Amino acid sequence: MSADTPTPQFRGVLGWIDHRLPVVSLGYNHLVVYPTPKNLNYWWNFGSLAGIMLIIQIVTGIVLAMHYVPHADMAFDSVERIMRDVNYGWLLRYGHAVGASMFFIVVYIHMFRGLYYGSYKAPRELLWMIGVVILILMMATAFTGYVLPWGQMSFWAAVVIINLFGAIPLVGDTIVTWLMGGFAVDNATLQRFFSIHYLLPFTIVAMSFLHLVALHQFGSNNPVGIDLTKKDKINFHPYYTVKDVFGLFVFLTIYALFVFYAPLTFAHIENYEPANALVTPAHIVPDWYFMPFYAILASFTFDISIFGITLMDAKLAGVLAMFAAVLILFFLPWLDTSKVRSATYRPLYRIAFWVFVVVVLLLGYSGSQPAEGAWLLIGQITTFYYFFHFLVLLPLLGKIEKPLPVPESINKPVLPTASAGAQAQPAE
Amino acid sequence: MTTDAEGGGSRRDFLNIVGWTGLGIGAVAFAWPLVHQMNPAADVLALATTRVDISAIAEGMNVTVMWQGRPVWIRHLTEEDIQTANAVDLNDLRDPEPLEARVIQSPWLVQIGICTHLGCVPLGNRSGEPRGDFDGWFCPCHGSHYDIAGRIRRGPAPRNLDVPPHEFVSDTELLIG
Amino acid sequence: MWKPLGAALLGATLLTHAPEVKAAGEADPLMSRSWSFTGIFGRYDQAALQRGLQVFETACATCHGLEFVAFRTLMDLGYTEDEVREFASRFWVEDGPDADGMMFERPADLPDRWPAPWANEVEAALIHGAVPIDLSLITKSRYGGANYVYSLLQGYDDEKTFELDPGNYWNRFYPGNVIGMAPPLFEGLVDFADGTEATVQQMAADVSHFLMWAAEPKLEERKRLGLGVILYTTAMAGIFYAMNRRLWANIKK
Repeated sequence: MSADTPTPQFRGVLGWIDHRLPVVSLGYNHLVVYPTPKNLNYWWNFGSLAGIMLIIQIVTGIVLAMHYVPHADMAFDSVERIMRDVNYGWLLRYGHAVGASMFFIVVYIHMFRGLYYGSYKAPRELLWMIGVVILILMMATAFTGYVLPWGQMSFWAAVVIINLFGAIPLVGDTIVTWLMGGFAVDNATLQRFFSIHYLLPFTIVAMSFLHLVALHQFGSNNPVGIDLTKKDKINFHPYYTVKDVFGLFVFLTIYALFVFYAPLTFAHIENYEPANALVTPAHIVPDWYFMPFYAILASFTFDISIFGITLMDAKLAGVLAMFAAVLILFFLPWLDTSKVRSATYRPLYRIAFWVFVVVVLLLGYSGSQPAEGAWLLIGQITTFYYFFHFLVLLPLLGKIEKPLPVPESINKPVLPTASAGAQAQPAE
Repeated sequence: MTTDAEGGGSRRDFLNIVGWTGLGIGAVAFAWPLVHQMNPAADVLALATTRVDISAIAEGMNVTVMWQGRPVWIRHLTEEDIQTANAVDLNDLRDPEPLEARVIQSPWLVQIGICTHLGCVPLGNRSGEPRGDFDGWFCPCHGSHYDIAGRIRRGPAPRNLDVPPHEFVSDTELLIG
Repeated sequence: MWKPLGAALLGATLLTHAPEVKAAGEADPLMSRSWSFTGIFGRYDQAALQRGLQVFETACATCHGLEFVAFRTLMDLGYTEDEVREFASRFWVEDGPDADGMMFERPADLPDRWPAPWANEVEAALIHGAVPIDLSLITKSRYGGANYVYSLLQGYDDEKTFELDPGNYWNRFYPGNVIGMAPPLFEGLVDFADGTEATVQQMAADVSHFLMWAAEPKLEERKRLGLGVILYTTAMAGIFYAMNRRLWANIKK
């Protein structure tokens, strides 16, 4: 059962196929005997969970598209028809809507795991960056999908988000008209959103494959954060297939509790009113998974000016900051200057990590509140801290922090007599 | 010691079998809603019946009504139609069926206006359209000829035109479905 | 790593709760009632649904439509096909064109959806001063759901603190306290077929129950299937947990 089991010669039909198209050995090498660190904890379950959520969303989405009508006059009706008349339509639709939230929960936990254990560091920079691309694609998919039921929140979310592009100097208005396909959000907008919503998930599938190719180049990171030798690895099957399936069923139980007993938890009640271009809902908020970024957008209530000369108005500043909050993740592998991967051996970073988690949650909560008073202030402070964490704290910590002694292997405890020289051992 | 190990082994085997089989069953169960959603929805099934007022259909006249999204032809048969149809030797027919077997209540011939070959709608239900070699209906797609009783006489169609379930709820009202 | 996680989860739970919009603190907190359809084993009460339908037809349907409810689905309330067909035939729907190319009105039938009591929104606004909204989804599109409808119908208590324009009414539970809808319920408005006394509270409860069904007709099917699914996933989680324990028992990490 060791990881260096040689690839067997496949016989019969499988052998015939594999000789011509090596998919059988590919699957065998990457899913069965693939060498995986022995010491992964349950935080490593979320990668495969994200893959499964992607499949669930694509499958339920394809069947929903068999009944959904992407036309401004019929979209809302067709969704209600799915809920009432289509066989198991309510299950597919609630499964898909709740599924979007579950997908984001899984992916955010997956990302925070990467942040905690330094999974983005050399040589896994591209692995991380592909992940950020997937996050961006997911956001675009979720947003276009949210517009499709053509309820009040759908409609006004489309209006507000498209108008963000109006902040672009000179060509903003032209771009907004181009995006809408008219002078207001209307049927043309809905139909292109449907087309994009159907397309993007398949680009996510393609990026997920690249994510896996990059992952398998050096193998998974692990909680200790050091590079492992073969004796510290174990076959993926059955050790991690069984562990992942266990995690899957725990996750499915939570997912099912929402779908069957609280399907509207993540929904906005306003979206059960058909879109009305004459009435804006009292309080427009995006779905929870956009909330931190929305809060960053809303934090810029002031023009940015020097000596009375306005460099950038509040709208443009907010929009740029919001996009920057995502794009900054691309630079993370170089912003973090520490050679030690796992936060377990980085006492200061560990604190910074949990502060960052709390800040992001606060940022998200402030985004859900009307942008005024104390919550606006909290939103502004946490927005500042968000960028401070990436641009100042991470580069600085790598320089001033004194990491704890890192073990040489997962089986060997750190010797108490280890010298100070061994403590700062780089993770390579 | 050996018995212990074997006992442990078989318990583990049993657990594994239950686990992986259960996973397979769950996957199949999950597939069912994905399959069943393609079956007719409740609103489609609700349109399973069509009511037609037949009082205005004169002798020798054809009308077309919609039933479950399909054309249904109602012909008020003439005396001549009935004689022509009954004069045919059943042994000459590909799908032998006397006229009485196709008509619930004379003189009303009710049939689904879809060629039994590959689903085209034959011509002949409206005046002026070609009615084929047997003076009934003619399917232009692949040349199937039906007689005045809707029976296949020439061409590739395997069966006579289908008769939908129907009943006459009164002298003037026909219920299809 | 666990303690901060708890805090994080708590924060996440807070996040998922949509913020309540309170109109300047004017509307009173809603009344609440224990409904048979809440909870894991929640089911609709057929007697309440039937009474609710009676109230809706008498008190609501003269102004409000119920466009997503098809008459055939009223069989879920425990009526026979003939009873529902008879009920549907009291409503008129447009059909056509007929042989002469004219649109015509005919009594509604099972496949038809509950029509609005006006031809279009412009006509509705002319008759009522404002468009009476469709009530198919009212319990899903208002905070409080069935409790909102239940409260609103009992909120006309005339404790008004300011003068109202004609055509407006005081309601304790409506945002801003000024509502365009006249009090729709009064004592003994309907004669319940099952002999229940038609108090305003009873009628408000029953019609709210009915409107919950109208918005979420698949609730019972959903909760029933959910029970099976969750039994399966928890059992499988247990089995795979045991498999995982055995598998890893001899692996030295």
